[in-house]
Amino acid sequence: MKYNGKFGKYGGIYIPELLIPAIEELEEAFYKFKDDEKFIEELEFYLREFAGRPTGLYYAENLSKELGCKIYLKREDMLHTGAHKINNTIGQGLLAKYMGKSQLIAETGAGQHGIATAVIGAKLGLDVKVFMGAKDVERQKLNVFRMELSGAEVIPVEQGSKTLKDSINEAFRYWIPNLETTHYLIGTTMGPHPFPTMVKFFQSVIGKECKRQILELEGRLPDTVIACVGGGSNAMGIFSGFVDDSEVDLIGVEAGGEGLDTDAHGATINKGSDGILHGSLSIILQDRDGQINHTSSVSAGLDYPGVGPEHAYLHSINRAKYVTINNDEALDAFKLLCQTEGIIPALESSHAIAYAVKYAKMKENKGKTIVVNLSGRGDKDMFIVAEELGVKL
Amino acid sequence: MNKLTYNEIFTKAHENNEGVFIPFIVAGDPSYDTSLEIAKKLVDSGADALEIGFPFSDPVADGVSVQNADIRAFDNGMTVEKCFRYLEQLREYTDKPFGLLLYYNLVYKYGIDAFYKRLNAVGVNAVLIADLPPEEADDVMAASNKYDIEQIFIISQATNTERVKNICEYVSGFIYIASVMGTTGVRDNVENDTTELIKRIRENTDIPLCVGFGISKPEHVKKVLSAGSDGAIVGSALIKIIEENYENEDLMFEKIGEYIGMMKEATKEDS
Repeated sequence: MKYNGKFGKYGGIYIPELLIPAIEELEEAFYKFKDDEKFIEELEFYLREFAGRPTGLYYAENLSKELGCKIYLKREDMLHTGAHKINNTIGQGLLAKYMGKSQLIAETGAGQHGIATAVIGAKLGLDVKVFMGAKDVERQKLNVFRMELSGAEVIPVEQGSKTLKDSINEAFRYWIPNLETTHYLIGTTMGPHPFPTMVKFFQSVIGKECKRQILELEGRLPDTVIACVGGGSNAMGIFSGFVDDSEVDLIGVEAGGEGLDTDAHGATINKGSDGILHGSLSIILQDRDGQINHTSSVSAGLDYPGVGPEHAYLHSINRAKYVTINNDEALDAFKLLCQTEGIIPALESSHAIAYAVKYAKMKENKGKTIVVNLSGRGDKDMFIVAEELGVKL
Repeated sequence: MNKLTYNEIFTKAHENNEGVFIPFIVAGDPSYDTSLEIAKKLVDSGADALEIGFPFSDPVADGVSVQNADIRAFDNGMTVEKCFRYLEQLREYTDKPFGLLLYYNLVYKYGIDAFYKRLNAVGVNAVLIADLPPEEADDVMAASNKYDIEQIFIISQATNTERVKNICEYVSGFIYIASVMGTTGVRDNVENDTTELIKRIRENTDIPLCVGFGISKPEHVKKVLSAGSDGAIVGSALIKIIEENYENEDLMFEKIGEYIGMMKEATKEDS
């Protein structure tokens, strides 16, 4: 390997020896093509014409007035397939094509990353297999259908807890005997090096755009940038634009689930400890022995017992702060944004909105300029929200 | 009990013109007591050494058989502490070498130095950490040297020659050769190009070589030994016998005894 992929002590390559050749090949390809003029040109083309970039930086005027702050929303929810996930799947999909691979595999929880992988596979002519926990396949039938419409094969994972972390295990297992033909398109800033760095690279378009836009609109940097954190790719994407500007506060919002005093949450940084899962050293939710805990959140995208290693690093050096929002607070924020701005946020992004509201209400934050990454739209969450609100669809 | 070293059993096997046979089981599968009896049965039926797995919640390098064994062990209350006690009791029973196969988070969480110290205390010979390549192994190497535990690494056909060289500098005890590209599991055939791989490794080291992954039949054992391996490791096929028969223990022990006897026999030159 050319680099060790460390962020402080976090990151690295903790994988079976049999996966090393794939990771070596990927690292080489990534560092070669990320500066390749033709690759970048093609990447920018697809981001613009296929995904719909740039996304707006929207001044949420009604909400701002209500809160006495300036709230801007980075509108990743406007992208094709409904979330920031597509930034990464376009990048890695293209890279796989440049590497001569014929197949993409992906893990998915709720299905958003699966769909974003399925459509880019269809567009670029690559076969797609999506590994999805059997429980999630059952819960997210509509998204399974959407993936299948784009020609992806959805493989239900019956092992372990039958959720996202098990679909990642299964994707790694499938990858080992299929290294030559297949690229594993990981959906977030986790996994062994070079994945955390590579996914950040492809998501950093959010931060770059956002910085340019806020400077145009306000003539200054924001006071605070807020994003939800599951694995952490949308947060890393927007943080990357501001991480070197020490005057900008960065806040990641984790899933508080049913509360931090219960076991039903996904608050990895807040409640976890250092450990190794899925290829890197980071912060994870684990028991006394180091077995990985089950997690829970109303938003499937935040329902993961790990977090990208660079977030663990930013936390360790106090560059970013990580807070939690529980299910009820997220649902309240979901409704609030629908009602004040006419925008239906994803439940994941609702966590970021909820914390922005809480933050804006604090006396010391009055009048601040706050950017919230609206990472995805809530169309996918209609059944869950209806159920939570006691409405039968 | 005193423990034999891998070096001693490989040397003895060479003198007898036979290969070393190493079965793998998960500690606590299907339950603590039964699993300990199984380990003793393996030793009594001709196993030269044992590989013992600590169950892990997310065994990414393993196939379905081993993961199900992990789940059975958890369902019956297996913990890391009980795993250590298990090894301790096993060491009271036999002087044959045994190695651990586990995932790095269990070591990391326990504390690397403390973990290896404990391994030494309970009489373990070696450790293979499934998700720890040499790149990340410096802390572990320091502990394994300090507490005299051999550190085993895997090499596969896809491991390039430069890496083979590098791994040979880290490894002790024996090298675990993955005969197929995949996870652990029973397969019908063992790949043919192990011969070429063994030749490549032999250019760098004299350390004993054991082939694992997908070995389930006597002819597989003969094939890898004739390809130049010093031993063979069997996991999933044995775990399958446990899985299919643990509700009838007498039958299970009988089948395990027969199977191990047959596989050990296959390591002998004139068999």
